[in-house]
Amino acid sequence: MKRIDEIIARPLLAAIAFSALASLLLIAVFILKEGLPFMARIGFRDFLGSSDWQPQEGHFGIFPMIVASLGVTLGAMAIGAPLGIAGAIFLCEFVPRPVMRTVKPAIELLAGIPSVVFGFLGVMVLAPLVRTHFGGPGLSLLTAAIILGIMVLPTVTSISADAIMAVPGAFREGALALGATRWQSVYMVILKAARSGIIASVILAMGRAIGETMAVIMVAGNTVRVPHSALDPVCTLTAKIAMEMASASGLHRQSLFAIGVVLFVVIMILNALAMTAIRSRKGASS
Amino acid sequence: MRLLSPKQAQRMAIGILGLATFAILSVLVFIIGFVLNKGLPVVSWAFLSEAPSDMGRAGGIFPILITTLLLPLLALAVAMPLGVGTAVYLAEYTRETRMTRIIRFGTDCLAGVPSILFGLFGFIFFVVMLGFGWSLLSGSLTLAIMVLPTLIRTSEEAIRTVPDAYREVSCSMGATRWQTVWRVILPNALPGIATGVMLSIGRCIGETAAVIFTAGSVLGRHVPSSLFDSSRTMAVHFYLLAREGISNEYAYGTAAVMILAVLMVNLVAYWMMHAFIRRRAR
Repeated sequence: MKRIDEIIARPLLAAIAFSALASLLLIAVFILKEGLPFMARIGFRDFLGSSDWQPQEGHFGIFPMIVASLGVTLGAMAIGAPLGIAGAIFLCEFVPRPVMRTVKPAIELLAGIPSVVFGFLGVMVLAPLVRTHFGGPGLSLLTAAIILGIMVLPTVTSISADAIMAVPGAFREGALALGATRWQSVYMVILKAARSGIIASVILAMGRAIGETMAVIMVAGNTVRVPHSALDPVCTLTAKIAMEMASASGLHRQSLFAIGVVLFVVIMILNALAMTAIRSRKGASS
Repeated sequence: MRLLSPKQAQRMAIGILGLATFAILSVLVFIIGFVLNKGLPVVSWAFLSEAPSDMGRAGGIFPILITTLLLPLLALAVAMPLGVGTAVYLAEYTRETRMTRIIRFGTDCLAGVPSILFGLFGFIFFVVMLGFGWSLLSGSLTLAIMVLPTLIRTSEEAIRTVPDAYREVSCSMGATRWQTVWRVILPNALPGIATGVMLSIGRCIGETAAVIFTAGSVLGRHVPSSLFDSSRTMAVHFYLLAREGISNEYAYGTAAVMILAVLMVNLVAYWMMHAFIRRRAR
């Protein structure tokens, strides 16, 4: 006879296995439930396209926040992606393996530093530098982009490095045997073979940058206006939610959930893109 | 004519790439060095063991320290059975099917959800709808969902590295599948699972956005005594001190303790994973 724990183990574990998926759906449902009716009521075009954010007067236009989030994220990628990918190439191809095995985890430690600490250092160290060297108030789109660029480094470097290391050794040896220098083998062969993994790392980093809240809230200046230059203070989607959540109620609170809906949709699209890129790499190497 | 010979190009590339790597490492060293340099002088036994007073301008951070410890432990008490259970199911009880692909897809998506959205969800679901209020309970349940993907991934990897011979021997001695999992596989995968647990604790310690809207930010003089008490973690305390300009000195002190805690937890995680892989490789 089968023991009782044996009988219940499989269905119980199968049920548990859906916990992550169920959580994701629950999050989606609750954010949509609060946010979508609001969007429908205000009108999608007014919500996404208007620059007028005055919750007390009933104006809910998030266009400046969309521009700010995009600007900050693209700026962060302009800084973080080349630097992070360069680091990954150097560690995988031009440094002895033991050095790489020490330095890569060290860079991954960057990911463990709490985002509030990045934000605080941005205020104390970076903002004054930006103010004196470039002008403007210091708390600006540029400052936020630099801080986010640093914060995404571990994501870009770590995942890119994994992709580069997954390139079969024969590719490398083949290139070298044909007389290529090490660098030629890297940019002509290895980077092409690892391309989808590297792209995935950048997309995941974008998701992280666009969703980052606490660091951005501290350094971006939080002015709701479409920025004219990188030195203008901006307010991102995430910052708006976090700043007004504590005091908001009624329609105002729903509007913050509606911003959450926009964020959720953008991030799910980025996730799906990254996963497709990673899967295409797996497909290509097998 | 070519501008650079391949050899020169290589030298230049190595120079630039090396510089980039150096820049990344310097940023890391600078951040940790700067915070410890400013913060450690503030840290004393009194700072760690006394209750805060004057909104955090004076006294210590003892109750905050305890909350920072409690919240991840409560979160893991909930997330561990779910995470390890999922991993056991994926690795031991099923093959790759459409179903497992959907489960994996959900897990990956959950991993990408930013913490502010966990905060929004935790607030509307646990705090408002279930009526838990701003409390340790709401905070830890929100964090439990947040760390679930990490736990699932690391546990599944750990379980998959247990050699098949272990399973075969166990089954050949008449053990059932569940007995094999419980007595053979999980004990052998434990160091790998522990790595995921440590990484999750590290993430919880540094988390702000998901905690501040669910566990609240009450600055009590006493350690929270029930699951329904609101209390603040080091990250929230640090944020409020720094953002509202209450005390930069105490902010740095709190940041130093927080960074040391996170670094220690992550180093232990890394060390365990390393020891685990090496033992398996033998």
